[in-house]
Amino acid sequence: MNKAKVATVWLDGCSGCHMSVLDIDEVLIDVLHKADIVYGPLVDAQEFPEGVDVTLTEGAVSSQHDYKLIQQIRKRTKLLIALGDCAVTGNVPSMRNTIPTKRLLERAYVEGADIHQRAPSDGVPALLRHAVPVQEIVKVDLHLPGCPPKPALIAFALTELLAGRKPDLTNPSVAGLVKFG
Amino acid sequence: MPQKISLRIDGELIHTAAGQSILDAAKAHNKFIPALCHMKGLSSVGACRLCIVEVAGVGRLLPACTTPVQDGMSVTTQSDKLRRYRRIALELLFAERNHVCAVCVSNGFCELQGLAKRLGVTNVRYPYTYPKVPIDLTHPRYTADQNRCILCSRCVRVCAEVEGAHVWEISGRGVGSRLVCELNRSWGESTNCTSCGKCVQSCPTGAIAEKGFAVEEMSKRTDPISRLATLRAAGSDNKPGVIL
Repeated sequence: MNKAKVATVWLDGCSGCHMSVLDIDEVLIDVLHKADIVYGPLVDAQEFPEGVDVTLTEGAVSSQHDYKLIQQIRKRTKLLIALGDCAVTGNVPSMRNTIPTKRLLERAYVEGADIHQRAPSDGVPALLRHAVPVQEIVKVDLHLPGCPPKPALIAFALTELLAGRKPDLTNPSVAGLVKFG
Repeated sequence: MPQKISLRIDGELIHTAAGQSILDAAKAHNKFIPALCHMKGLSSVGACRLCIVEVAGVGRLLPACTTPVQDGMSVTTQSDKLRRYRRIALELLFAERNHVCAVCVSNGFCELQGLAKRLGVTNVRYPYTYPKVPIDLTHPRYTADQNRCILCSRCVRVCAEVEGAHVWEISGRGVGSRLVCELNRSWGESTNCTSCGKCVQSCPTGAIAEKGFAVEEMSKRTDPISRLATLRAAGSDNKPGVIL
């Protein structure tokens, strides 16, 4: 049997959504019977592969790196899931959006530092003007809100997808779990 | 004795008193119509547009909270069209300010968040506007964070109609509208504010909250205020034994 290819990606978020993926506990074993995790912080892969079936995206799109990566992911993924509030609404990363990025970096790295008072520029991607939800850059097929999304909601979505069905979040078994925050 | 009238709500024949709003009549018959700016005991203003309903023979949608029942009226409270429009109204409220549920004192108790959950909103389809709006921490006990304000004006009305202090107003127009305290001074400088906390309890989101509460801690109670307002309307709030 051909296994499905599942990827996860960590953009501007706290990794809490990935923790919530791990918190689906034994369902993870069922998932791994039917799917290979081909990219993400949980596996060692340098480049986002072609032909991915499902990608779980954690985090807002916040930097040039996020912006390029999410577009590459969209091209190479059949079904893109925005996982958690940062990917769905912008959430905490978007709280910087009312402050100009230059002023923001000054505040954090110059005024907020005792030594090496300089905003980092080498080896880190430039920030976008705004940290935005994934759907403002590319098409998103399914939103799983929550900070983090409840493990039962993630388990439901993955189980349904791997059974070849589009998850119906109005299903009474999970409808109560679908919420911002 | 108010005049009795008959109308149909979602096909059900209802006999009720004239002068009531469609929202009150529907609620009295256990029909759910979503609403955010409505609060029992306060005047209705039709600000949030979530309680829109279809009335047979009327070409546009009407807010249930400000439309009085009429004899022979036929009202629809649930339809695909209404669900679509209510969802749009709700999503626009989210897009208009910076609602970050994860760090909000009212997370888990918020009426805006609760309605999004109930109406099945998984995402906001419109671009967020990220407005830069003021946060007022000058009052010794309370906070006003306009990032979370939906301009429902419940605070404005409860302060004017129940407390009689007229501290809050809405200034500006459209997306430029802001909640202001006494001709735009800071809340701490207010001379009218009695620190009664009715605006705090009436606020459906975390926009007006009490200091000392952390994320997910600020639950609110509107029932005592509604009860007081109802008693006051009946002229019996000064009788002994009335406890808020």
